[in-house]
Amino acid sequence: MDYENLLSPTVRALKPSGIRKFFDIANTMQGVISLGVGEPDFPTPWEIRKAGIRSLENGKTRYTANRGLELLCREVAAYTDRKYGFSYDPATEVMITVGGSEGIDAAIRALVCAGDEVIIPQPSYVCYEPLVRLAGGIPVILETTAQSDFKVTPEMLRSVLSPRTKLLILPYPCNPTGAIMERADLEALAAVLHGTDVVVLSDEIYAELTFGEKGHASLAAVPDMKERTVVVNGFSKTFSMTGWRLGYACAPAPIMKQMVKIHQFAIMCAPTTSQYAAVEALRNGDEAVAAMKEEYDMRRRLIVKGFNELGLSCREPKGAFYAFPCIKSTGMTSDEFCEKLLYAEKVAVVPGTAFGQGGEGYIRASYCYSTEHISEALRRIGHFLKK
Amino acid sequence: MNIKLLKLLNRDSRTSVKDLSAMLGIPEADVRTEIEEMEREGIIRGYKAVIDWERFDDANVSAIIELKVTPKAGLGFEEIAAKIMRYPEVESVYLMSGVYDLNVMVKGRTFHEVAKFVAKELATIESVTSTATHFVLRRYKEMDVELLGDGVDERGSYSL
Repeated sequence: MDYENLLSPTVRALKPSGIRKFFDIANTMQGVISLGVGEPDFPTPWEIRKAGIRSLENGKTRYTANRGLELLCREVAAYTDRKYGFSYDPATEVMITVGGSEGIDAAIRALVCAGDEVIIPQPSYVCYEPLVRLAGGIPVILETTAQSDFKVTPEMLRSVLSPRTKLLILPYPCNPTGAIMERADLEALAAVLHGTDVVVLSDEIYAELTFGEKGHASLAAVPDMKERTVVVNGFSKTFSMTGWRLGYACAPAPIMKQMVKIHQFAIMCAPTTSQYAAVEALRNGDEAVAAMKEEYDMRRRLIVKGFNELGLSCREPKGAFYAFPCIKSTGMTSDEFCEKLLYAEKVAVVPGTAFGQGGEGYIRASYCYSTEHISEALRRIGHFLKK
Repeated sequence: MNIKLLKLLNRDSRTSVKDLSAMLGIPEADVRTEIEEMEREGIIRGYKAVIDWERFDDANVSAIIELKVTPKAGLGFEEIAAKIMRYPEVESVYLMSGVYDLNVMVKGRTFHEVAKFVAKELATIESVTSTATHFVLRRYKEMDVELLGDGVDERGSYSL
């Protein structure tokens, strides 16, 4: 078989995630201390797990409706209204997905045609560009920088908009930069988008991990923006439910109708047990989320202060659970820094370049770890920098 | 008083003032002052290690002793509790609701030693009307710390 010629050239051209590279090396070494994992270290809160168990005991082991349990869709609509102030119709504008990732994929596939331009701010999560390419779209990278707090500004947006722009990805709170877009930032973007036919895919998976008093702001809650906004969110980060593989998408009915078709043919429905657990999470999970958030907040302050004291300038990440310190002062590239740090001190962090070329000069350090773990990693990095 | 500070110390009293200051977002000097104040006021009574004695060859044995006592008029249970807590064999003394009065944790080198202490010392105290001794066979969790397992991070490196 001539596999080279059999396989789709588009798929073959996709590069594997740059995060993998260092993990693969780290996994072969003993005594590695990692700040690499983007997964909460807390187990799923017990009441949520119990709801999943109860559903199994009650024999809830069948498919659900394609778009998800009606009950869960209603809870999602109520939750997003209560938390973020936007309301989509649970019957026609909400869908339960297999993680946030599936929602992103379905939205991109439902909207993007061959040759359509999709604006992707970077540094950002690794999935947008490959999924756009798979859909035949043209990724247009918008480089955000430290000067603008890694936000998308109206000027930046104007500079990349074209008549072929179909979609703008808005990945805030942002992995890996920890940047958030506040209400005023979103309103400024809304003014640019007004009168265009550009759709916005707002990936809000870290919404509940927004630090500071104001909380998360969503573009869908900005007047007149809901009609063009697809919101993707999920249970993995907020409720520490990564293994349950559950997320949700909210979109205007005409868009959602097409997304549900894709979901129906590719997935059938999201895992039933997870959906029942998720009902409990949305109804009664606030307290558990607040406790985890308080813990993340303390770790966040610890790691940010630690990097700054080591001379690696680190902005305050206002969302998600990553610190994104600048390593330019070392004279090394991100890749060099991560590789040398791994071999010399056995600390695994992710080079900023894994999230786009704009990440050069930065590293991503997750703080989903105990404070003891973070302190030890910082101690080793300090030792590394002295040498 | 800072409840968050207390919770952090309760979790790991060896956390440095520098780290506490960073985590709580308050100056180091304030952390020091608060700790000193809470020590002075008797809110913080001590700092100890959590030890899994079973992993140490020279393991002790412990027992929970349920005591029924006749309280003294005017003094209640204070007098008897004060007497019991002075024994070095006694780790903790609690006044309980329910069918008995005092819960006393006793440690010794052997079962025999503990049994002898209960029979010769606790049971002979005038106001003690009965004792029930329950030996601890195994400790699974001690002061919020799980003693089972080795705390391995089960997360793989699969997240992107």
